[in-house]
Amino acid sequence: MWRQVGAGAWSGSWVRTLAVGRGGRRLESGVETRASVRAMSAAAVRPSGAMRDSADQRLATETEAAPAAADASKAFELAPFALFRLEHGPPQHVSATKEELLRSHRMLYTMRRMEISADQLYKAQKIRGFCHLYDGQEAIAVGMHEALTYDDYLITAYRNHCQQLTRGDTVEGILSELLGRATGCAEGKGGSMHLYWPQNNYFGGNGIVGAQVPLGTGLAFAAKYRNQKAVSATIMGDGAVNQGQTHESFNMAALWKLPVIYVVENNMYGMGTSASRAAANPQYYTRGAYFPGIKVDGMDVLAVREATRFAKTYCLEGNGPILLEMETYRYHGHSMSDPGMSYRTRDEIMGVRKSRDPIEKVKLRLLEAGWATEDDFRATERDIKHEVDAAVERALKAPEPDDTLLWTHVYAAQPAVVRGTSIDNGFVASQRR
Amino acid sequence: MSMMFLYEALRAAIDEEMGKDSNVFIVGEDVGHYGGSYKVTKDLHVKYGDLRVLDAPIAENSFTGMAIGAAMTGLRPIVEGMNMGFMLLAFNQISNNLSMLQYTSGGNFNIPVVIRGPGGIGKQLAAEHSQRLESCFQSIPGLQIVACSTAYNAKGLLKSAIIEKKPILFLEHVLLYNLKGFVPDEEYYLPLDKAEVVRSGSDVTIVTYSRMRYHVLAAVEKLVLNGQDPEIIDLISLKPLDLHTISKSIKKTHKIVIVEECAQTGGIAAELISLINTYLYDELDSPAVRLSSKDVPIPYNGNLEKSTLIQPDQIVDVVTNLLQYKT
Repeated sequence: MWRQVGAGAWSGSWVRTLAVGRGGRRLESGVETRASVRAMSAAAVRPSGAMRDSADQRLATETEAAPAAADASKAFELAPFALFRLEHGPPQHVSATKEELLRSHRMLYTMRRMEISADQLYKAQKIRGFCHLYDGQEAIAVGMHEALTYDDYLITAYRNHCQQLTRGDTVEGILSELLGRATGCAEGKGGSMHLYWPQNNYFGGNGIVGAQVPLGTGLAFAAKYRNQKAVSATIMGDGAVNQGQTHESFNMAALWKLPVIYVVENNMYGMGTSASRAAANPQYYTRGAYFPGIKVDGMDVLAVREATRFAKTYCLEGNGPILLEMETYRYHGHSMSDPGMSYRTRDEIMGVRKSRDPIEKVKLRLLEAGWATEDDFRATERDIKHEVDAAVERALKAPEPDDTLLWTHVYAAQPAVVRGTSIDNGFVASQRR
Repeated sequence: MSMMFLYEALRAAIDEEMGKDSNVFIVGEDVGHYGGSYKVTKDLHVKYGDLRVLDAPIAENSFTGMAIGAAMTGLRPIVEGMNMGFMLLAFNQISNNLSMLQYTSGGNFNIPVVIRGPGGIGKQLAAEHSQRLESCFQSIPGLQIVACSTAYNAKGLLKSAIIEKKPILFLEHVLLYNLKGFVPDEEYYLPLDKAEVVRSGSDVTIVTYSRMRYHVLAAVEKLVLNGQDPEIIDLISLKPLDLHTISKSIKKTHKIVIVEECAQTGGIAAELISLINTYLYDELDSPAVRLSSKDVPIPYNGNLEKSTLIQPDQIVDVVTNLLQYKT
């Protein structure tokens, strides 16, 4: 079942698996694994304008077709954007269609359920190690997805489950990797911090703070090198902005006018230290210093979408990098090992949940526009919960990788047997006697 | 004597040395208000203030460099790497400045910095957070490397490391923080360059360090039941290697097995076997054997992770075979 991925079944079930024929392969051991990162090569990166996969095409068709229905779109007002080194920013009055908002609600809620399931699986000791959850921040993944295509490159750090979902993996696939199963995108060898979907230009998670920023800059360099009409969206947390390599990357991107949108997900805390105790200037959208920045309400899908669209246009015009600071909040602690309570209050978390929740924001807009009722939401959310629960069940049944996978995808010279010791470190005295 | 967790023993060592010398301070990510990601610095900021228990931005290369600069003026920084994998970002400062400055300055400066933090293979933390950097760092001249393994030696060694004039890389193991052990109530320091004979025996020498000490102990329990009598040595000092203690043992047993957590290529065992080959060749009745973890990045999946590491049963098998070996 894992080969059946329903990347962009936005209009229907997003969790349900639909066959789109992505490559899988069968190992000699009989364990099926996904063709994933290893298949990635320069040749595999689709050039600008090349065929998208069917799921993306479906999404694109929907997006383009929707405005044709004249009465389907309504105007919405966004919170003002703060601008740095820009005279004009993204529009504050924007239009969106019923379909777009319903799709956003579905995506946001699917992400929320997926992360809640990951939380439960972790507490049941099925998911182990580090696991960083995205609940609270979903609007950024969804809003960026609405503004970008699969020709655009995307890379982020370890809080990366939801980006993987927007780029074509399924809830089942993602949970499989979190559970360390052979059916996960990294064959269970990567886990929560290492999700990748190169087929749709998603270059994944990275377990080291800031280490993805130079890589994302490299993705932009590749786009420029190949003359692609594509940008690199390089996501980092607020903590990563204080990394040296981030600023080294900023310099190169500006120097060589690379089409990179640096996205800072400012969730207020770098692990357990608040932004104001870690950054001399916590106005992250100004940290590019010599290139523009925009401060965005990262809890609002439409604001994220508009800012990303604006930034993409800016980059594609050859202006070089731009920085988007998404003001957001994570409901969980930094990772599952952090209760997230020693450096902030329960009131603070509840306050954000009550007043700024990204799902509630979309629902409010749908209600005000008369496009959906509370009953509609209840029905949709119940369906999604069932779908995610079913995905959990399937992922739990997926096979674990066997030992043959230990030695795949790594360069390792196999030394010959020398003087009575074997390569497996065993002493082979019995063979000598 | 009191029973305490290993992390509490480390905390006590830092607390005592900070109390004795106002030049000692600790810097790292979340060491202050958050309490340290493994609780080693918990509440120290309350006692010593935010400047001496300094919460750093996530900027390993720079705060390590800052500590080195401060040390050049005579301060005694302790740098906590939240995870040793992150200290790879500070490799430049550790290699080019920390380890070499005393030499390149012709002795004008001492660099009394302790870099400490959790390393090793944890429980499904995936590759980047399962680093065994002893093999990376051992080739940097000027750096002394110590690996603690019990609450008792953790405290005594860390206290010695803090008062030492040289730069010390002090390795803790992510899975040993919650290990309990007896620690004397009176103050004590342990030598940084001495191995510890954990069990004395006459059949075979098993050399190990850090967490693998416990895999070896589990294996030896079985071996003893089978009537064998191995000697166990915990290296403690990974650089320099305590060849004195090791050679005394080899001269007694004439057989050696080295059990390590680092990858085989260029590991601690590789260096040790080379030394044994040079100095103790004639003492050996059989080739020195190393049991290292496999030369792969540590996989996330639990079963694969377990396969990467040497397990007690493998040690039992190898030692049993070795003891049957006749020259």
